[in-house]
Amino acid sequence: MVLSKAAVDTDGSVHSTFASRYVRTSLPRFKMPTNSIPKEAAQQIINDELMLDGNPRLNLASFVTTWMEPECDKLIMASINKNYVDMDEYPVTTELQNRCVNMIARLFNATLEESEAAVGVGTVGSSEAIMLAGLAFKRKWQHQRKEQGLPCDNPNIVTGANVQVCWEKFARYFEVELKEVKLREGYYVMDPQKAVEMVDENTICVAAILGSTLNGEFEDVKMLNDLLTEKNKETGWNTPIHVDAASGGFIAPFIYPDLEWDFRLPLVKSINVSGHKYGLVYAGIGWVIWRTKEDLPEDLIFHINYLGADQPTFTLNFSKGSSQVIAQYYQLIRLGYEGYRNVMENCRDNMVALKEGLEKTERFNIVSKDMGVPLVAFSLKDSSIHTEFEVSDLLRRFGWIVPAYTMPPDAQHVTVLRVVIREDFSRTLAERLINDIQKVLHELESLPGKVYAKISGEDSENHSTAVVKKTALETMREVTTAWKKLVQQNKRTSGVC
Amino acid sequence: MVFTTTVTDSDEQLHNTFASRYVRTPVPRFKMPEKSMPKEAAYQVINDELMLDGNPRLNLASFVTTWMEPECDKLIMDSINKNYVDMDEYPVTTELQNRCVNMIAHLFHAPVGESETAVGVGTVGSSEAIMLAGLAFKRKWQNKRKAAGKPYDKPNIVTGANVQVCWEKFARYFEVELKEVKLKEGYYVMDPAKAVEMVDENTICVAAILGSTLTGEFEDVKLLNQLLEQKNKETGWGTPIHVDAASGGFIAPFLWPDLEWDFRLPLVKSINVSGHKYGLVYAGVGWVVWRTKEELPEELIFHINYLGTDQPTFTLNFSKGSSQIIAQYYQLLRLGFEGYKRIVENCTENARVLKEGIERTGRFEIISKDVGVPLVAFSLKDSSKYTVFDISESLRRFGWIVPAYTMPANAEHVAVLRVVIREDFSRSLAERLVSHIEQVLQEVDARHGHVSTDASYISPAVEENNHQGKKTGAEKREEEITKYWRRLANGKRTGVC
Repeated sequence: MVLSKAAVDTDGSVHSTFASRYVRTSLPRFKMPTNSIPKEAAQQIINDELMLDGNPRLNLASFVTTWMEPECDKLIMASINKNYVDMDEYPVTTELQNRCVNMIARLFNATLEESEAAVGVGTVGSSEAIMLAGLAFKRKWQHQRKEQGLPCDNPNIVTGANVQVCWEKFARYFEVELKEVKLREGYYVMDPQKAVEMVDENTICVAAILGSTLNGEFEDVKMLNDLLTEKNKETGWNTPIHVDAASGGFIAPFIYPDLEWDFRLPLVKSINVSGHKYGLVYAGIGWVIWRTKEDLPEDLIFHINYLGADQPTFTLNFSKGSSQVIAQYYQLIRLGYEGYRNVMENCRDNMVALKEGLEKTERFNIVSKDMGVPLVAFSLKDSSIHTEFEVSDLLRRFGWIVPAYTMPPDAQHVTVLRVVIREDFSRTLAERLINDIQKVLHELESLPGKVYAKISGEDSENHSTAVVKKTALETMREVTTAWKKLVQQNKRTSGVC
Repeated sequence: MVFTTTVTDSDEQLHNTFASRYVRTPVPRFKMPEKSMPKEAAYQVINDELMLDGNPRLNLASFVTTWMEPECDKLIMDSINKNYVDMDEYPVTTELQNRCVNMIAHLFHAPVGESETAVGVGTVGSSEAIMLAGLAFKRKWQNKRKAAGKPYDKPNIVTGANVQVCWEKFARYFEVELKEVKLKEGYYVMDPAKAVEMVDENTICVAAILGSTLTGEFEDVKLLNQLLEQKNKETGWGTPIHVDAASGGFIAPFLWPDLEWDFRLPLVKSINVSGHKYGLVYAGVGWVVWRTKEELPEELIFHINYLGTDQPTFTLNFSKGSSQIIAQYYQLLRLGFEGYKRIVENCTENARVLKEGIERTGRFEIISKDVGVPLVAFSLKDSSKYTVFDISESLRRFGWIVPAYTMPANAEHVAVLRVVIREDFSRSLAERLVSHIEQVLQEVDARHGHVSTDASYISPAVEENNHQGKKTGAEKREEEITKYWRRLANGKRTGVC
């Protein structure tokens, strides 16, 4: 959306740094410039502006891959001008995508013969993957209802309140009701029992998450499967399960291979995973796999005829780059099962090191579990004077981007800081982070408290007061603004990738 | 979709070219390999396979950009690890997107003030852009009908049968009926009068195309606007227009600035354009711009709170790369109005040269118009002995990818070849293509016998061979022609990008 935040000059233009050497006129920001400028100037100007962006590798908020081997970079650049959708012109690229789908399907234990082709597709990310999976469920459910002569105008989907924002998008854009199982303090994922209770005849599927965004926890898909199978026996509704394995899909098979969460469970009909998270590829690739052909309604598939060859497609996006698909294939064959396992084990070890370092400060509660996505979510034991948001702000000065969030309902009073351990977050960086956190804690001790109202479930008037050298009126004003800010933040505080 | 077509070895594995130097075991195609392999080997294996893809720059089927300046390639590689959706972490990248939206909105004469921010967003391509625009129309129409207490369960959209496949996707996935204005021979775009006739109270919008995929023609949006305004006055329905300017949006403003097709027409409420077509960026970026804030229902916009700042978003995709956005800004800045104008003028000139060369052979009829996207669409005057599909096949041998298609209903008997002139299709390439076409014509003549120049399309009235006894050479040829016609008539899709 358009909301430029940089300061507006009096003439609304951007001055070029090398005005004397490159351009004479400053560049407008709202209208296309009339004249061309030399390519070196254009590159320099843009490069210089981008220096003020955050450093992707220090962005500890994101699960998305920020480093790949130079050999892969080379492959990426070489295929940057290949339009992925031209299947007939680039048959090898198309085949590489098919191979990735096959490999990932088998990683998820899809019941396939040795050389049987799996059903799945590469997408731009898990958002598109989830929308496609959701569409398939919706259409299947509609067909089922129409056959039975029942109304099909009120579909709904059951998920936990900890879902990533793309599920809400799916619900809103494709007109499906979202029935969320609320969380509670200490239990930050979807409760399988409550979920199954919420299932009704209009439920198109139940969505479980393998690797919750907020604390990395894996939901108990097996229990969900067992409870739902029972309910299906009673009701005959045949409600299926979708597993949103955006993060967990490339973790569980390597370090928790005995955890049953995938197609080994009979009710799981489709799974999505982000290639650009622990699939270890740059942003821009996701995968969705269906159990069998029957789980993907034929009327959703388009058949494109390019120069005679028939290629079925089912994606929301059409033209897009091929680079990430090729990069995904590179990673799958370069690393193999062994390589991915090594990377995940390293991440897990570094996660434990970071967690132990934080525990040693004795100021934090660890909210994340050991089993799950390698991340550490922690909250302050005492946030009466200083909050997690302040810690996050101060860490920025060292270059670290460590986000602070409040939990979704019904645990909005819990705020956490979260550090995601990616492939390129080494042990030395973990130790340096702990060091910097200690410095921040030290600094906060000497600062007066910013007065924030803590929002509990019922009472929002409980202002915790600290001794500050301000007048009562100033304090009250600060309190009101702080409370207002918190309320606005609670509108959507858990939407991250 | 998954459809491997390469030959399966007896052990279904892929032999590595440098087996003696790099790896000992062949690489599997259906399952992830157990072990890792050296990165150089992984690079080599993939690089070698990709040699068998088509050459993107000789792909004359596609409008999508296949060449950018090295300076831009550098910016692209530098930002390959930036996740575009992390708006708070990468504020400059976000601002660059906003600047692009502003510039494009101004280019389309959006009614925004000098330093007012326009309403629009960057997408992965025109497909996503169209889906967002369509969603906005659908929701707006639903709200209007609900407020009036009328049923809103049967929305429809009016377009020409020449629409690109993404409109059909939108219709099918978002449950909107697609009412297509059929084409006829000689008139391959949407007839405004017929379109307005088809509009009813359930029509959420009429979609006009600036730059039809098949012939490059610009539809008469001004006439459509006039007629629709009249109808709206009578009916009071307020039916709006959307302009799919995927190709034309970056051509018309530079070559034909007086052509009124954009926000200068009051009923046009949103426009999409592909940054990766004549926006001159690699595949993976599109833009959608709305006339004003009112055209975009607030309930479709999600508010994400990252570290406290509020950023509204309305896209289907979430995480994706930032490279193409930065590349688009580079082009807008580097070329400016003057640069884009020169490039499109060159394209038009080269298209003219190609057209004249093709006309000189005396065997083709030119279907494309002079005003429109710089491409040449041509059909054989006499397709009795061989068809455009034969020509297309033969040209492949020289390395050219020139697609052959049949028109959609009701002109399925017309088959055309189409060459798209992109920025990097120089005059010398145009001349070379002409000479190759002449060579191909000689070849097919020799193979099938000389043809006349009378008939201009494939005759649909080929009778079955009623003669008893052995077939003559001519009769054999007639049979082949019947086969071709049958193949064409059997719902061959014409969907291209």
